[in-house]
Formats: sequence, C-alpha cells, structure tokens
Amino acid sequence: MKFTLSWLKDHLETTATVPEIVAAMTMAGLEVEHVIDPATKLAPFTVCKIVEAARHPNADRLQVCQVDTVDGRKEIVCGAPNARPGLTTIYAPIGAYVPGLDVTLVEKPVRGVVSNGMLCSAGELEYASESDGIMELPDALPVGTPAVDALGLEAVIDFEVTPNRPDWLGVAGIARDLAAAGVGKLKDLSIAAIAGSYPSPITVKVDGDACPVFAGRYIRGVKNGPSPKWLADRLTAIGLRPISALVDITNLISYDRARPLHVYDAHKLVGTQISTRLGRHGLNGDEHLIALDGKTYELTPEMSVIADASGERPIGLGGVMGGESTGCSDETVEVFVESAWFDPIRTAQTGRATGIASDAQYRFARTVDTGSLVPGIELATKLILELCGGEPSEIVVAGEAPAAPGPILFDPAYVGQLSGLEIAPEKSLKILTDLGFKLDAPKDISPTEFATHAEAAVCVTPPTFRRDVAGKADLVEEVARIAGYGALPSTPLPEAPRAVGGVLTAKQARARVARRALAAAGYAEAVTFSFTSRKTAALFGGGQPELLLANPIASELDCMRPSLLPNLIEAAGRNARQGFPDAALFEVGPTFHGDRPNDQRTVISAILVPKAPRGWDKAAQGDVFTVKADLMALLEELGAPVASLQTAQGSASSWWHPGRSARLQLGPKAVMAEFGEIHPAVLKALDVTGPVYGFEITLEAIPEPKKKAIKSRPAFSPSPLMPLTRDFAFVLEKAKPAGDLVKAAAGADKALITAARVFDVYEGPGVPEGFKSVAVEVVVQPREATLTDAEIEALSAKVVAAAEKAGGKLRS
Amino acid sequence: MTDLNTLESDVLAQVAGATDLQALDAVRVAAVGKTGSISGLLKTLGAMSPEERKTQGAAINALRDKVTEAIAQKKAALEAAELDARLASETLDLSLPAPHRRKGSVHPTMQTMDEMVAIFAEMGFAVAEGPDIEDDFHNFTALNFPEKHPAREMHDTFFFNTKESGERMLLRTHTSPVQVRTMVSQKPPIRIIAPGRTYRVDNDATHTPVFHQVEGLVIDKGIHMGHLKWTLETFLARFFETDAVTTQFRPHHFPFTEPSAEMDVQCDRSGGEIKIGQGTSWLEILGCGMVHPNVLRACGIDPDEYQGFAFGLGVDRLGMLKYGMPDLRDMWSSDVRWLAHYGFSAFAAPNPASGLS
Repeated sequence: MKFTLSWLKDHLETTATVPEIVAAMTMAGLEVEHVIDPATKLAPFTVCKIVEAARHPNADRLQVCQVDTVDGRKEIVCGAPNARPGLTTIYAPIGAYVPGLDVTLVEKPVRGVVSNGMLCSAGELEYASESDGIMELPDALPVGTPAVDALGLEAVIDFEVTPNRPDWLGVAGIARDLAAAGVGKLKDLSIAAIAGSYPSPITVKVDGDACPVFAGRYIRGVKNGPSPKWLADRLTAIGLRPISALVDITNLISYDRARPLHVYDAHKLVGTQISTRLGRHGLNGDEHLIALDGKTYELTPEMSVIADASGERPIGLGGVMGGESTGCSDETVEVFVESAWFDPIRTAQTGRATGIASDAQYRFARTVDTGSLVPGIELATKLILELCGGEPSEIVVAGEAPAAPGPILFDPAYVGQLSGLEIAPEKSLKILTDLGFKLDAPKDISPTEFATHAEAAVCVTPPTFRRDVAGKADLVEEVARIAGYGALPSTPLPEAPRAVGGVLTAKQARARVARRALAAAGYAEAVTFSFTSRKTAALFGGGQPELLLANPIASELDCMRPSLLPNLIEAAGRNARQGFPDAALFEVGPTFHGDRPNDQRTVISAILVPKAPRGWDKAAQGDVFTVKADLMALLEELGAPVASLQTAQGSASSWWHPGRSARLQLGPKAVMAEFGEIHPAVLKALDVTGPVYGFEITLEAIPEPKKKAIKSRPAFSPSPLMPLTRDFAFVLEKAKPAGDLVKAAAGADKALITAARVFDVYEGPGVPEGFKSVAVEVVVQPREATLTDAEIEALSAKVVAAAEKAGGKLRS
Repeated sequence: MTDLNTLESDVLAQVAGATDLQALDAVRVAAVGKTGSISGLLKTLGAMSPEERKTQGAAINALRDKVTEAIAQKKAALEAAELDARLASETLDLSLPAPHRRKGSVHPTMQTMDEMVAIFAEMGFAVAEGPDIEDDFHNFTALNFPEKHPAREMHDTFFFNTKESGERMLLRTHTSPVQVRTMVSQKPPIRIIAPGRTYRVDNDATHTPVFHQVEGLVIDKGIHMGHLKWTLETFLARFFETDAVTTQFRPHHFPFTEPSAEMDVQCDRSGGEIKIGQGTSWLEILGCGMVHPNVLRACGIDPDEYQGFAFGLGVDRLGMLKYGMPDLRDMWSSDVRWLAHYGFSAFAAPNPASGLS
C-alpha cells in the first residue's frame, strides 16, 4: 500500500515529517517497506534558464548554451533540439548523479568544449518513462528552485498491510491510527449525504451466496473526460494510471477509504435490473465474461457474478473486475454507481482462479468495511457532481450486510494483566475511542466473570471496519500498540524447578552425543534437505505416493527422503566434481517412511569415501572395517547393547553391496543399524565414483537405557591372578561368518574366558578348497586360583566343542 | 716386581687398545680368564713362602683388581660407543608428515541449535518435538488460521497430494504445531522449546525451502509480555555472548498470538558485518506474542485461567549473524571446504562453565 504525505494530510492535521510519520507507523504496527523520496534522489537538480544557445563549433547537433543557474552563469553543451534562449529547464551540476542515465557527471570536454553541467530531460530525472528533449517548465519558476518543488513531487511511503488490517488499505484508516498514536489530529471523516431527486431507474437484486448486500445510485447528465490535474497527480504519485474522471474517482475512493466501487455506463445496461448470482455451468460449458482488461474469463459456480438482462448477461466479476461491455467511456452520460460487499474467501478464490489481482479484489479478499456501502456512494456522488456534473437518483440497497462485530466485555485492568504495561484505565479507553471503538456501560455482566473488577468493566463495540477484533486480547493489543510497546517492562521469568538429569529426552541426548562423537572420529557434519527425487528415493526403499510433494521446489526435490545416505553420497559426488574426492560426512536428521507422525525416524548416517591424498607412509585409507569400527564405537557411546548385537551378514537392504554389508540387530525385528559398502549400481545411478562405505543407525531402534535411581557403579574387583592366553586355529566353511565362531568360543566358559580375538584368517595351501582357517586367541582370566594343566585342558576342550557347533573344526 | 709392573703395563695397554667388545673379551680371557696370565700368577702363590706369599699375593691381587676395573670401564665405553653408533644409524626424518587423519566437525547450524538449547535449558525450558509432516489442524486450524484465510496463503506451504478421503498432509511451515501437540497432551505450567526443521516454498539467497526454527512456549498463571521481553533479551545477550542487548518490540500480526510483536535487536552494521549489542541500527530477529485465547481453547486450556507467550527463532539466521556466514544456501551445500571453514570442534559442546563455542 502506497500513499503520499499530502494525501495523508487530507485526513490528518500534522506537522510531522516523513521520517517521523514512518517511525510512528512502524511503532503502531504498519511496517514501512520503503520510502521513495524524490527530494533525496533529485537534491542536486534545480531550475535554470537558458540565456544564449549557439551552435557547437565542432558538431552540428550540439549547442553551446549560456545558462543562468543556482551556481551562476554556466557554459553547458546540450544535444536537445528544444534547447533555446529563454527556456526554463532543469540544471544538474558537475558531480550530480543522474538517476535516469545511471551516471555521475564529470567535467570533460564534449567535442572540444567543456560542459559545466547538464540540462535534463524528464527521463533523465526519472520523472517520466520517456521524453523528447529537455524539460520545458513555466517561466515563472525562479532559477534555483529545487526540481522536486518545480515538478510538485513528494515522498511516497510504501508499507506492508498485515492481513488483519484491511482498513489500512485506505489513507483515512492510516490517519486514524496515527492520530490515536499522537502524530496529529484526525480531521472529520464523515461524509455528507446528497439527496437524490428521483427514483433510480435501475434496481438491484442480490442472492445471499454471491453477494449479501448491493447498493447503487443512478446519476444522469454526467460529462466524462480526463481528470483534473490534482486527481491525476495523486494517482500517478502512487503508481496508478489516470484513465477518466469517472474511473479515477472510484480508484481514489478505493485508496482513500478502502472502499472499492464500480461505475457502469447506464446506457449500455440491458433491462432495468442489476442482479448478483453465482456463475453457471451451461450446456455449452461455463459462462464467459470479457473483463475491463480485455481478457476473457470463465465464470464458475464458485464465482460471484453481476448480471443484467434479467440475470442472463454477465457484466462483472463481483468484487474483482467489471465487464468491458458496460464500462465507461468519454461518451458516457448516464451512470450507475455500484457499492457492494463480497465475501472475502470467495473473492480470494476468484482472484486465484482468474489470476486477477485488482485493487478491488485485494480489498474484498481482506474484508471491506460493511459500514461503507452508502457512505462510499455518497462520496462518489460528491466527486462525480464536482468533476462531471449530473443529477443523482435516490440510493437503492438490496440485501443486508453481515452483522457488525459484537460488543466485548472488557476490564481495562486486563491490559496490564496480559501485557505487563502499566497504563491508566482512562488512557486505555481513550485509545479505544480514538480508534473508533464505541464504549457503553456493561449490561448483564455475569458476576463470576468480573468478580474483582466488575465496576471497571465496559462494553466495547468494535467499528464495522475492525472485524478482526473479536475478544479482549485483541483490545489489549490495540491499547498496547498505540500506547507503545516501548513501555513494556522486562520481567524475569519465575524460577522453574530444574529437570533432574537434564531437560533432554534420551533420544535427544543421544543425537547430541552422536554428533560430537562422529565429529571427533573425523567425520564432517552436513545438513541436507529433507527431500530427494522420487527416483533416488526408490533406490533407497522410498518414493511411496503419500510422500510425494504436490508442489515441489524442483523436480529433483519432489519426494521425502527415506534415508540420509543418498543426500550424503550425492554431496560426496559434488565435492569430487569440484576436486575434493575424499569425504567423510555424516548427518543426524529425519527420514520419512509414511505420512503419519510415527512414520518419521531420527537417523544417524555416515559415509566414507577414502580418497585422501597419497602419503609417503602408505598408511591404509580406510575401508568397510573402518566404518564398522566407527559404527561400533558410536553405538557403544550411545549406550546400545553392543555385546548382544548380531551381525546379520547378507540381510542388509538392497542399496548395499550384497557381499559387503550387514545388519546389526538384536533380532530380525530389532534392526539397529546397517553398514557396509554402497552397491555399485546405486552409485552409478547417483553418478558417484566409489567405493563408498557407510552406515545408518535408526535412533529409535536403540533401546532406552534403564533409568537407575542411583548412579553408583558395581564395585571394581580385578583378579589378582595373571590372565593367560591360548591360541586355536579352526577350519571353517568360507561362507560361514567367523564372527559366530568367535562368539561361540568366547561363550564356551563365561566365568573364565574374558575375550576371544581373531588374529589371523588364512585361505590357501593346507586348507581345503572352500574353507578358511581362522586363528583365535582366547584370553582366560582365572578367578580364585591358578588353573592346573588339567583344568586348562578341559577349558580348551570346551572351546573346541563350542567352535564345532559354530561349524569350526580344530585345525590339525 | 718388575715382572708384575711389566705385566700390568702390557695388559692395560692391551685393554686400552681393544677396539671392540670381542677384542676386549680376548684381553680379559688372556689376563684374568681361567688360564690367563694374572690368574696363572695367582696359582704360583701356593708354592711361595708365607712371607713371600703375603707381599706377592697382595701385589698380584691388586694387579688383578686393577685390570678387572680397567676392563669394566673399557667395556662400558665400548658399549656406549656402540649404542651411539646404532642410534645414529636409526635416525628418522621427523620433518615428514604424520599419517593423514581426517578432521571432523560439527555443522554451524547444529552448533547454533545446541547453543540455543543449552541457554533455554538453563532457563528451565524442556525440549519438545513433533513430526515434520503435519496435518492442517496442527499447522493451521488449531493455531487460529481461519479456513482459506489469506494468512494461510502467505505461508507458502508444501503440500502432499490430496487423498481420496480428502485429507491433504503438508510440511509444517513453522514448529508451532509442536506447541499444539504439547498443550493438548500436557497441563500447564508449560515451559518448552520446540527445535526442528520447517518448510516453505521459497528459494533464494535469504530463503531455503528447508530451515530450522526454535519455537518457545510458556503457559502459566500471570505470564505477561514483560516476561516475554525479559526471556528474549536474556536469551539474546547470552547467545551473542554480550553483557546486554537492547531490543525493540514492534506490533505485528500473527494469527496465533494476540498481542503480537516482532522484535528488533540493536546492532552495528558499519564495516560490513553485524555486531549485536552495540551500534544504532535495528535488525529484525524474531516474531512473538501472547498465545491467542483461541489457540489455548483449541488445546483445551482455559484462557481466563492461564495465559502465556510464544516466540519463534530462526536458527540458521541466528547462526549466520553470530558466526558471519554470508549465504544461507551454503549451509545446505555440504561443501567439504565450507564445512571445514565454518564447522566446530567436536569438543565445543556449549556449557555454562566454558561458554557456548
């Protein structure tokens, strides 16, 4: 919404400057987006007079002018054909920035003659979009007059209107708030009624759905034509194009009072009645309307249609745009002025469906004042009679406006209770009155509701233009914003009992630990979008229809991610393409497996693309066992029951290398993580060079640790006896997991064996084809007494027996 | 006696002349070994007269001790020289680099989030969470967005396809649905923050389609806007690690709060970077207000008994302001150079003892 200071001053008696107005608007809740102040832009430009103009010695098309300027007589070279002695025009000194040319003037010779400034055209001053020659101004203007004054330009304030305040879409509404805020005195906004001298030959009819209320007036004997300069200037200043007096008057009232109107050329109407109804589906398709913008629109049953010819011919889209067939022209002599009220939601939908964003549509979509129908007509009548002459009929009204906002029982003490502001009750009530609210003594107060302050309570009725105010909290906002949020106290929150053991849930705390642990392990944390492409999602088990976005930002971001891996892998690919192929990345974030709240998981994923620069030490770069080590260390850090985890090889999801991946699980239905090498086919689809190793942990799958009442740990009781080790070599089918064998060996005697470690894996001569030899070191920790040879023998036999159950035969 | 003197000088000369341990040992065997020259002399003592034995014995024993001591000293010297030689041969070029070790980091947005959680935890706020995929009720209706109201349009919502049942899920446009879920499931007093991902159909230098918010909610008896102001001022001063900040509340409109406000923080913009806690410019930093009575009612809380405030902080933006990251989009790019440059040490976990980062 744009307006000028002079327009505001029509309604507000004030001496405030533009910056003061802007500051007051901001603090009253009208967020100023920017101020276009030509006085700043055109500060160096002043009025000058050409005294002499002679042909340039070296150029036919140039003239060398002697010019009287604010800086004295100057010699200026000018190329405009209309430069002539006696012309009053605009002078720009050396050093001035010329906005229309985007140059700063420097002193330099033009074809051998130094030009000491420049004579300007309207285009160069951005006063007009195009111009022919330098400006021609009235001779009465004295030399040195600032260009802004000579051109009658003033500052335009552009601000954002929040959807709750349609009344700010009229300058009068802004003036009211500013007056309440103490910026000036509100002038009388009332509109005098003009009596009609005859019954309107056009009647109106409404149906409640399309339009609840419709008012109009016939004016005969008007003479349309261009608007007077004051009206054209006012509209031009805020970016509107003057059309004709009749149309400009409606635009003026739209911006002045937030009251859209429409004027029909009454001679072009068919029949004697204008009616409103919803659009129709006809046998031959929808109805059509050629609107004032010359375009044809389909009218649907969701739209409000204005029709004549007994309701048969559409002549307008209610609240949005009039029809071309009944529009005014310079030949118009009889008019019918429409002032109606259209439903905000219907108008908003019609705007979206048709793509029409007219000033009327914008206002009706945000709710127009239901009390402004007749006053709007009266104001229009006054201006039409002034500018176009004519004789008005009586006003016709059909239907009924939606009920005005109801009264609110309000205790001024509630202002302090909700806002913390200390403000006298009288002051609160004065602010409400200034804003147009009506105060009455309360009737029928329920004694429970106002037990303590019943005597102070008043009945506050919002004005019809403030349909956003519906409760006492709204009234507090009105008082607080006008009194000023600057006076709000800063009151410490009452102390709250601190949660024992921290405020985070186990899951939240684990996510934090995981972040720090992985960063410490050498992985860089990435944060990636929750989206991926449907195609990529399908590669990772996702892409369900309920997870596809209806309005994605890009086609490759049209699906919720089922895994963090694709985003990390693609990131590694992007880095590699930029020359940084080595990547160790992780992310902690959500994955999506359905559209119910329980279908979202918090996942920790990491990838390793070992492509570090070559080192002189030939150290290993990392492989699938590196990520396994990092994964196991992380799970332990997170308090997962690592000792009970099964490594289920070959059962990981399809995006992993089938021979180099596994699940970590407590059971087939309690899968905590998957890890391994990413399937080469998946990498190919993502256009990333592998190998890529990684893991993905589902945080929800890690059982929550048991809450203990006390944090003390079991006593430390080391054995005083030396541990001893025994080595075994087992022959095992190549396909069988060595991990199971080791686990079996370790479990052969839970009291004595503290560890079993693989120290060699061998295939080749000496081991049958299809088998491998696994060498295991078993650590035995005697508890009570040193073991005898016989006891050690017996223990060894147990280990061998246990290994045999896992498929391992002692190598002989 | 002359014989003994001669023998002593001979043997000592041989000891001194031994160039390695092997030669020295040969000297030792030749002199004091079982059949050595000095050992041989000791054997002759038995045939001597007691008088002679007394003088000769002492002399021979003294000679033996002297030679033994000389051999021991020579042996130590030779061993030391041999060790020096070995160590000299074992020299490594320690200017060579140590094996490559990847340096990990914490993403600045997540660091910022951790910092915010730490500050609010100190103030007694618990952390609540909710799903990113929401329904219309939790994202809009319960938050007092009227059906088809323009305020809904302004939210640039990501929608999923409408189902046969007519249900249309969406991506939450703010973390406020968590407010609703908390109020529905929990009785006041309530003091929570809700950190998480939020979504808007928007993509330019200052907007990404996914961003992070921390929403705050306090519901109790007698909580007013003054408490809101103190909470936010205290938070900002602690977050930007300055003694105090100056803030300004401006009226604004949000459907779910009444009164509503936007808060600006005073800052210095001279010199291209933004310094909070000094200067004379204002920077819009968050939206907030008193929870709308309709929202309380929708969640089963009596607005005549309880009242409170809510605020929404943009995590990514606060991180940018604090740590000087110029472009929001970079934060989502996973560029390893950017992550290394702006990332944080694993050990920079915020805590009240050592600070936030």
